[in-house]
Amino acid sequence: MKIVVCVKYVPDATADRGFNEDGTTDRESVDSLLSELDEYAIEQALQIVESGVEAEITYLTVGPDDATDALRKALAMGGDNAVHVNDDDIQGTDALGTSLILAKAIEANGYDLVICGMASTDGGMGVVPAMLAERLGVPQVTYLDEVKVEGGVVKGRREGDTATEQVEASLPAVISVTDRTGEARFPSFKGIMAARKKPLESKDLDDLGIDSDEVGLSAAWSTVDAATARPARTKGEVVTDEGEGGVQLATFLAAKKFI
Amino acid sequence: MALAPIDPKDPLGIDDLFDAEELAVRDTVRRFCAERVTPHVAGWFERGELPTVRELAVELGRIGVFGMHLEGYGCAGASAVQYGLACLELEACDSGLRSLVSVQGSLAMYAIHRFGSEEQKQAWLPRMAAGEALGCFGLTEPDVGSDPASMRTHAKRDGSDWILNGRKMWITNGSVASVAVVWARTDEGVRGFVVPTDTPGFAAHDIHHKMSLRASVTSELVLDDVRLPDSAVLPEVVGMRGPLTCLNEARYGIVWGSLGAARTCLQAALDYAATREQFGRPIAGFQLTQAKFADMAVELHKGLLLALHLGRRKDAGTLRPEQVSFGKLNNVREAIEICRTARTILGANGISLEYPVMRHAANLESVLTYEGTSEMHTLVIGKALTGLDAFR
Repeated sequence: MKIVVCVKYVPDATADRGFNEDGTTDRESVDSLLSELDEYAIEQALQIVESGVEAEITYLTVGPDDATDALRKALAMGGDNAVHVNDDDIQGTDALGTSLILAKAIEANGYDLVICGMASTDGGMGVVPAMLAERLGVPQVTYLDEVKVEGGVVKGRREGDTATEQVEASLPAVISVTDRTGEARFPSFKGIMAARKKPLESKDLDDLGIDSDEVGLSAAWSTVDAATARPARTKGEVVTDEGEGGVQLATFLAAKKFI
Repeated sequence: MALAPIDPKDPLGIDDLFDAEELAVRDTVRRFCAERVTPHVAGWFERGELPTVRELAVELGRIGVFGMHLEGYGCAGASAVQYGLACLELEACDSGLRSLVSVQGSLAMYAIHRFGSEEQKQAWLPRMAAGEALGCFGLTEPDVGSDPASMRTHAKRDGSDWILNGRKMWITNGSVASVAVVWARTDEGVRGFVVPTDTPGFAAHDIHHKMSLRASVTSELVLDDVRLPDSAVLPEVVGMRGPLTCLNEARYGIVWGSLGAARTCLQAALDYAATREQFGRPIAGFQLTQAKFADMAVELHKGLLLALHLGRRKDAGTLRPEQVSFGKLNNVREAIEICRTARTILGANGISLEYPVMRHAANLESVLTYEGTSEMHTLVIGKALTGLDAFR
């Protein structure tokens, strides 16, 4: 079978991230890397193969030139090959447009199972897997904490606030996995050396038969109007206990509606 | 185009000199250390133990650090620069961790890989690369340090067997090793022996009361009539060239590794000075503190350029032992100075294990003299410059 893992190249969440004037992500001044949440998707794909399912693992990303770094990192962890969709007209594409590009690339590659992370660590967007399933016309099983593939079916466990669901879907299907699926492996040195030799194919919008009007900032259904940095934390209120500290604390908590 | 602002962690932009694969190796080790070792290492140091050394070895084997710069037999086949970057990250965590990896890969595995028989390689290298078997390297003796040619440990023929007697001292990984590469004098000259540590007559006793490399196993090896078959001798080398070639490998790792310790201490001091206020402002703003930081950064990054230069030469096959001496002398000397200076910036907090600086400074006291003392490397360079040998 064929497994496609969608990965994203995102600005490092530990760095000081910002926006460009047009409201798109500033990718110049911050180092980028493979989204940590996507590493869980990669790990699950590798574990499916290690569990005895015969599958080819393809990584797919949509992003600028450097996004190959994310693919090489993924290939260093394991898997077989990668597809990089890169086109100047993609810049500023929203989730809806991204799902279109991914769907076309996945159809071109062929797939039985598509695995996504639970969200991107930059935009915090978690809706792409659902959109993707819709575009591909296949079942979606999202936010899985546990994944298993058996006899043409993908099964998983989803922890809700009030209930734990056991869900399954016939293949082909799209799933997304959470950060509770199990720690992603470190790329081993042998993996890093081997990644160099694994095929990495680059495609543009033409290759996928997508009109540039369908994607990009101008086609986006959502826009960032303004972005403001969160104000610096202000100093907390210090309660000096002079025999009635408890009362002061209670008053403070009540005023803030904590109690 | 406006120039990118300077990165305080890489003010010279040295990262631009590494390729993506080299950076990937660095990232793997950095992340491994941050997640698996750094949270525990101060505690191990304080208690003077490495309680999970076997599990740790298997995990290190899984990422591929053991013998990473060797080819075949389960080794990763990495470049010298990649190996150097790994050493740097390991030592940024703790010199003990880097020592574990250096001794395994550059001394024990390298000796077998370079000078061993095919049978010895098959028997040991794959398991050692995987971290399932640890190795140690016995050259130094209680009375023999800088002048290893005067070693007392000896091996005598007994029929086709060898009988090994002697003592080896300050042996990293000694008591946890499954195999010891032991150098001994014979009638033919110095020979190397691959000694399984369960051979009768072999014993390893841990050395206690260390004030440095406390998160590292250091032992004394006792060899009392250890009987070995002829197949235990390393066939491909006779003479001091054997152990000295191995040491040269390990020293190369130290050229990089020592800078890791320095980097951690510089960063700890920068973090501390930014928040520590005296006279109403952060001490990072005082000129004397800034002078320290500038000197520390200049030496750290100069050292890194030197390490990288030597690494590129090693990958090109043009690195001479004297050049490794150059690198070890400079980088360890400067690294320990950086750690000590960091200590002064942290004031009393600098001596606490709550911060990494005293631990690193203490570790580097060992690094300063092991694998060739600063004095010996000085004399090697002196000889290279003058043509006159000052110690032989």
